[in-house]
Amino acid sequence: MSTILSIQNLRKSYAGGFEALKGVNLDIEEGEIIALLGPNGAGKTTLISTVCGITMPTSGTVTVAGFDILSNYREARRLIGLVPQEIALEPFEKVINTVRFSRGLFGKGRKDSAVEDILKRLSLWDKRDNQIRELSGGMKRRVLIAKALAHEPRVLFLDEPTAGVDVELRKDMWEIVEQLRADGVTTILTTHYIEEAEAIADRIGVISKGEILLVEDKDTLMARMGKKQLDVQLTAKIDAVPDALSSYDLTLGDDGWTLVYSYDVNAERTGITMLLNDVQKAGLQLRDVVTRQSSLEDIFVSLVNQPEAAQ
Amino acid sequence: MNWTAIRAIYVFEMTRFFRTIAQSLISPVLSTSLYFVVFGAAIGSRIDQVEGVSYGAFIVPGLIMLTVMTQGISNASFGIYFPKFIGTIYELLSAPVNFLEIVMGYVGAAATKAMFIGIIILITSFFFVDIQIQNPAAMIAFLVLTCISFALFGFIIGIWAGNFEQLQLVPLLIITPLVFLGGSFYSITMLPPVWQTISMFNPVVYLISGFRWAFFGIQDVPIATSLLAIGLFTALCLGAIWWIFKTGWRIRQ
Repeated sequence: MSTILSIQNLRKSYAGGFEALKGVNLDIEEGEIIALLGPNGAGKTTLISTVCGITMPTSGTVTVAGFDILSNYREARRLIGLVPQEIALEPFEKVINTVRFSRGLFGKGRKDSAVEDILKRLSLWDKRDNQIRELSGGMKRRVLIAKALAHEPRVLFLDEPTAGVDVELRKDMWEIVEQLRADGVTTILTTHYIEEAEAIADRIGVISKGEILLVEDKDTLMARMGKKQLDVQLTAKIDAVPDALSSYDLTLGDDGWTLVYSYDVNAERTGITMLLNDVQKAGLQLRDVVTRQSSLEDIFVSLVNQPEAAQ
Repeated sequence: MNWTAIRAIYVFEMTRFFRTIAQSLISPVLSTSLYFVVFGAAIGSRIDQVEGVSYGAFIVPGLIMLTVMTQGISNASFGIYFPKFIGTIYELLSAPVNFLEIVMGYVGAAATKAMFIGIIILITSFFFVDIQIQNPAAMIAFLVLTCISFALFGFIIGIWAGNFEQLQLVPLLIITPLVFLGGSFYSITMLPPVWQTISMFNPVVYLISGFRWAFFGIQDVPIATSLLAIGLFTALCLGAIWWIFKTGWRIRQ
């Protein structure tokens, strides 16, 4: 795999002095799906806007397939498709015309078969002659994606593609991203839905206050940062953790009906067998045993609150 | 040059024009007809010929200029303001195009629309007055140059404007007075000497004078001066747009 997008020490300060990006470094491999996760105002959109040419970088370099976004902007921008966060479409224009326009604007000659293919893939073919204002919100988002894909880019930016979108459409979006991956399109999406990153990304970057806190394979991140919990549900309520079990890291949950045991998945010994033996010895009756893994959401919250955890 | 992109913008803008062709044409044709009725028939009947031309015919070039200038400005300013307003400008800014290509697309389309309407006005005037065009080539040249230069000016206004009120402000406060005081309905020589001198600072005077010369061979200022004025105005607008895109003023942070 080769690096398709390389961001080096990218800084962006706005006129008011606000520093939205504080030296971002990020290399993105061709064909991967990377999710940039961060709270509102973290700099996700500024990062995308700067790479795409909508805002000017204050310093640093960005190259797309080796083309600098400033000195070789034509070559660089031809390779990029952008789906913005806000729905911005000409309301009175027909779907097919606006997609043709995008293709032409990015320098590709008119090719009806290519436009047809894109519209069909996004289930927009039946709506091609409709005015955009007649479409539902979900359909409008599809039009935005169709426009971004109209010039057959190699890198696609999706800025919060599923913000305010219903569950069904969100699943559709994920499928579209999967399809694009099969075509070899590199996708960079920003989201503050952890579920989304967890569902579709290969790698996850966490961005907060204009800095990338970490970038890691999703599975590695989940394994490294993930904690597991064992809930031991009891048949009778207890008031306190019995003395016989005081050597374990236990808390009482569910008003005394559950013993909660936290352990590290990566540790050599998790201590579960001994714990369960000792629970029995202490004279407690088990009703059920449940394990839970901390979600990306928990990891994310702990990262944003304690950036040193990323090190 | 990304000709494909220029063409895409041009076609997209012209589609908008043809979608609303009825509105685009009815209003200028109606107002021009009213001018002919009021100035040409009612008032004009009491005015002698102006420099050998009947008053009704005399005002035709000025009326066309009036329409073409306001149309050029409003089409181009709206054309670029609307994407800013609804947010679709993101696509333009992220596209592999430079400022000249964006301007050629938008201004080209706006100028074409203005020219189209100007020609319709000319055709309308044939129904009201008897006119002959002495120098059709010069007439077309002046028409094209005026359409382009005022569309360029409108493009600047569209980028500058922060809301719809501002979009209307410049045409209303600056252009309409300049055009009315620019000799659309009279010859500058009809004014007292002081006002003649003041009029020389009005750029529109040069355009209307040149355009009228193409029709009737009469002029308030030498034709070369007219050409120079319109050339200068076009260059100024182009320079301003080049600066806007270089600095990102009001469009790119």
